[in-house]
Amino acid sequence: MLLQQLVNGVMLGSTYALIAIGYTLVFGVLHLVHLAHGEVFMIGAFIGLYVVLWTGAGVIPALIGALLGTALLGMLIELVAFRPIRARGGHFLAPMISTIGVGIVLQEVTTRLFGGELVGFPHRLEPVTFRLGPVAVTSVQLLILGVALVLMVTLHLFVARTRLGMAMRATAESLLTARLLGINTSRIILLTFAIASGLGGVAGVLVGLSFNAISPFMGVDMGVKGLAIMLIGGLGNIHGAMVGGMILGVIEVLSVAYLASSYRDAFAFAMMIAILLFRPQGLFGSAQSVEARV
Amino acid sequence: MIDQYAESVLIFLGINTVLALSLSLPVSAGLLSLGQGGFMAIGAYTSAALTTWYGVPFPLALAAGALLAAVAGLAVGFPALRIKGVYLLILTMGFGEIVRIFFLNFEPTGAASGLGGIPQATTPLGVAVTVAVLLLFFLQLRRSRIGRAIEALREDELAAELMGVGLTRLKLAVFAVGALIAGVGGALYAHYALFIDSAQFGFHRSAEIFIIVLLGGMGSFWGAVAGAVAVTLLPEILRVIQEWRMTFFGTLLVAMMIWRPWGLIGRPRPVLIPRTPGA
Repeated sequence: MLLQQLVNGVMLGSTYALIAIGYTLVFGVLHLVHLAHGEVFMIGAFIGLYVVLWTGAGVIPALIGALLGTALLGMLIELVAFRPIRARGGHFLAPMISTIGVGIVLQEVTTRLFGGELVGFPHRLEPVTFRLGPVAVTSVQLLILGVALVLMVTLHLFVARTRLGMAMRATAESLLTARLLGINTSRIILLTFAIASGLGGVAGVLVGLSFNAISPFMGVDMGVKGLAIMLIGGLGNIHGAMVGGMILGVIEVLSVAYLASSYRDAFAFAMMIAILLFRPQGLFGSAQSVEARV
Repeated sequence: MIDQYAESVLIFLGINTVLALSLSLPVSAGLLSLGQGGFMAIGAYTSAALTTWYGVPFPLALAAGALLAAVAGLAVGFPALRIKGVYLLILTMGFGEIVRIFFLNFEPTGAASGLGGIPQATTPLGVAVTVAVLLLFFLQLRRSRIGRAIEALREDELAAELMGVGLTRLKLAVFAVGALIAGVGGALYAHYALFIDSAQFGFHRSAEIFIIVLLGGMGSFWGAVAGAVAVTLLPEILRVIQEWRMTFFGTLLVAMMIWRPWGLIGRPRPVLIPRTPGA
């Protein structure tokens, strides 16, 4: 029973991790929270749904559609709501505040276009249940875990091994120095938004598949959870976000199984506040990096 | 007498002003909060429960709701002593969500089906008096020692502390009084809407209050008043805006951050805060 819950928790956590990575990537490079990221995630779910509904295609095209669509959306957000503000200077929180505006617009436009009700995801993927000893895993869960893992490994390799990834790390370290070294930081920031948003969009489809319900309002809850995970993992720490996502997923599933299920969402925030109070650098960060970033 | 429509517009104008003032106090000390909706919910639910179930007179119930919100404000203010900027925004957002989820699941106040049958007690006169008292308070505050200490705190925390400003007490007080005012706004709202549920006090409410203050300008409390007037009256004047209300204000917020980050009221100040820390 416990083992089963752990497996379910890891499945849920892997989608959380994908969202949190998006936050942490943007934070790493710009030291700002992208508050419309939850809405990007929601749009990803809708793109995936409509790819399936209109073309009758399977899950994989839906994932690719959501990935590309939200990556474009992310770049658009950067160009419209971040870049002009950065160019003019001003209060350092101004770009973050403008993303609140972007999030509100995205949510209302989606509500107007598709209605405010919960929409089910048509099951193209036949849910087959595999039994591994005492643990039962459905094919949907396997797909979620597989996609999340592939994306995380790819991201890790990209950041750690490629030239562009190195440029991204340099930009995160210091925007000014990276620019002096000849890195086109504007392009790196744009790329960061594309990657972050694309991952969020894929997470949207995965969550849509696993809960079989999407709505224009799903982004707010998930967005705040993603923020909580980013904090747990340490701001700007990609691997921290991966582990943090898993931790939160497992905690939530366990709390539903053994404690009051209706308060499951409050656990994420309670944990987040505890982390902020006692270890603001996250579980894996060092205190020094926080000082430099706040 | 004024007709029903004008009355409702005026009452919402008043309530929005109260809410905007509740945020403008912590903002004037440099403490941004995205959780005012949570304090508002505490004020609304507490006062509504008292008047609806126990027949407590409205002013007493309002005071009780506001006090409870202030207690919550103290609880949130404590972490605010240690963190700032991005962290504080996220923390207050998390607090707002916790309050929403609490009322969504709290059976005695109706959980997901909400709390209805609240007696109508909010009158235009009551709202007007509340706003007048608050404006007087802010006017006095600005001229006082505490008002100058708050301004110093916003401009430079370290320098303020060196000048003898007690950061701990000031920050806590600012947060608690802001929460108290938000609780008053919540109580006024509940006794006009007559039905409340947790969804009315979610992130959207907090973001709306935030937008009001930012549109008006973070510099002074007059900005908050101007923001409340703009956000309440514009949708009434222009039908188009009414239909796409949040889209309009969301876009406006982005545009303001680009071209007029200091708000409708006021003027650009020399930037004392580093633009991008770490850059």
